Amino acid sequence: MSKARMSPLRSGFVHLALAAYTVIALFPVVLTIMNSLKDKNAIFRTPLALPTVETFSLIGYTTVLKQGDFIGYFQNSLIVTVVSIFFALLFGAMAAFALSEYRFRGNTLLGLYLAIGIMIPIRLGTVAILQGMVAAGLVNTLTALILVYTAQGLPLAIFILSEFMRTVSDDLKNAGRIDGLSEYAIFFRLVLPLVRPAMATVAVFTMIPIWNDLWFPLILAPGEATKTVTLGSQVFIGQFVTNWNAVLAALSLAIFPVLILYVIFSRQLIRGITAGAVK
Amino acid sequence: MSSAISSEDSIQISARPRRWHILVFLLPAFIVYSAVMILPLIETLRLSLFNTVDGQSTFVGLANFQVLFGDERWAADFWRALKNNFIFFTIHMLVQNPLGIALAAMLSIPKLRLAAFYRTAIFLPTVLSFVIVGFIWKLILSPIWGITPFFMDLVGLKAFFGPWLGKPGSALITVSLISVWQNVGIPMMLIYAALLNIPDEVIEAAECDGITGWSQFWKIKLPLILPAIGMVSILTFVGNFNAFDLIYTVQGALAGPDGATDILGTLLYRTFFGFQLQLGDRSMGATIATVMFLIILAGVSLYLFGIQRRVRRYQF
Repeated sequence: MSKARMSPLRSGFVHLALAAYTVIALFPVVLTIMNSLKDKNAIFRTPLALPTVETFSLIGYTTVLKQGDFIGYFQNSLIVTVVSIFFALLFGAMAAFALSEYRFRGNTLLGLYLAIGIMIPIRLGTVAILQGMVAAGLVNTLTALILVYTAQGLPLAIFILSEFMRTVSDDLKNAGRIDGLSEYAIFFRLVLPLVRPAMATVAVFTMIPIWNDLWFPLILAPGEATKTVTLGSQVFIGQFVTNWNAVLAALSLAIFPVLILYVIFSRQLIRGITAGAVK
Repeated sequence: MSSAISSEDSIQISARPRRWHILVFLLPAFIVYSAVMILPLIETLRLSLFNTVDGQSTFVGLANFQVLFGDERWAADFWRALKNNFIFFTIHMLVQNPLGIALAAMLSIPKLRLAAFYRTAIFLPTVLSFVIVGFIWKLILSPIWGITPFFMDLVGLKAFFGPWLGKPGSALITVSLISVWQNVGIPMMLIYAALLNIPDEVIEAAECDGITGWSQFWKIKLPLILPAIGMVSILTFVGNFNAFDLIYTVQGALAGPDGATDILGTLLYRTFFGFQLQLGDRSMGATIATVMFLIILAGVSLYLFGIQRRVRRYQF
């Protein structure tokens, strides 16, 4: 630790600067949630005040829940995100294990091939992806989104997980082999439990862009039955631009799940970034 | 452990059966990744060389690119989108990354109270979707609601308020700054991690030599975090040249006012998918996607071969 102590003045300035930026970062979100709980007059007359007994109103939320199928959107987002993460993690971990555990011809080349997707965004292939999905009859299905997001999540999952799998002790795996475990058992029963923290990190990293994506839902699954929360709120809010109660309520509804997940996982996420991202 | 799938020269191998499990482990990821990501990417690149002539898909060489760069119907839109995209990127590099570095430098001060709280709070906008962020800022900047004029009044700047998102001169800068607000958490975290990785001995040695505070940051820490800054820059580059969601949410598919905020992502969407009176055009969509691919590829190659190798890494 640094021995030179900061002067109180300097530390005061640092706190002032950080606190000021924290306000800038949080203010818009707080403002939205706060006003979503007020009636229309209060939204315009006293936008910066907390909702009081007189101004409290849930009219926005009732409008939103009546008009838009937000529960359905949530379900779609949840299914797409969870299933994509599951497959990206499973397939990614399997490939990472093969790449880090066995030496075979083409190992490095395959590793490089699978790493292209870290830098080159999958969006650039949209034209042909849509063509392929049309040909496969998968347009307007959640399967299309799951396939795309699984592919999108794989490169980073493989990259991070193989780094971690290299740290799993060879002695342990060889002991397993001597005890007659198959390679599959070694992977599923010995290695996977040991890299669970890394899997959680990858899951959180993969989750955010999938949950928040607008591009692929818009292009591959814009139908009412398959709308995700991101697309659903985009379309919904676009229709209700003049109904401020509804817009603020819809925004808040879209924020809540992310906010809750963030509060739960922020430690994991931040530790993941600070531990593994800069090599 | 040290053998190859089909190597004939190894004696070890002949004693062992073919290792099918390697294939089993690799195949699912390989198939999904190749089928949904790599092949469509290649197919898109290929489509950019074809166009529909008399209802038939025909090889046209680089004609699509000629149209995109030179034809009066396309060129103006394309060059404007490209220029806007560079402005978009420049604003991120000038505002987002220095801000991220400054925040990280402050957060990494040892024994700073509340550091975890600041860190978590400042990173929050990064996990929100572009849709949420776009609409929130649209409301806040809206002259109807009057939040922004109110705050500007507090500091005596009310006269400078304008409907920034609606004016061609200021719309692009405003959208870029909204994007900066959302994404500043990423450079902050990556630089923060790099700063934490600097060993205490280096800092202590600097202090023994009387280098503290500002000069310590500029002379000791900044050179040590240059690799992280390089990585942040390339992530910003790829993210910006692939951006779409925020502008689509805030300004619509036409990227108004009057195309002032049109970037390659929105141009690709309109071209490929069509919008209002414009019909979707697969070949030109693929052509724009190819241009974006080449730009990103050029940036990534420059980073991998030009910058990353030359930046001196210090091993601790």
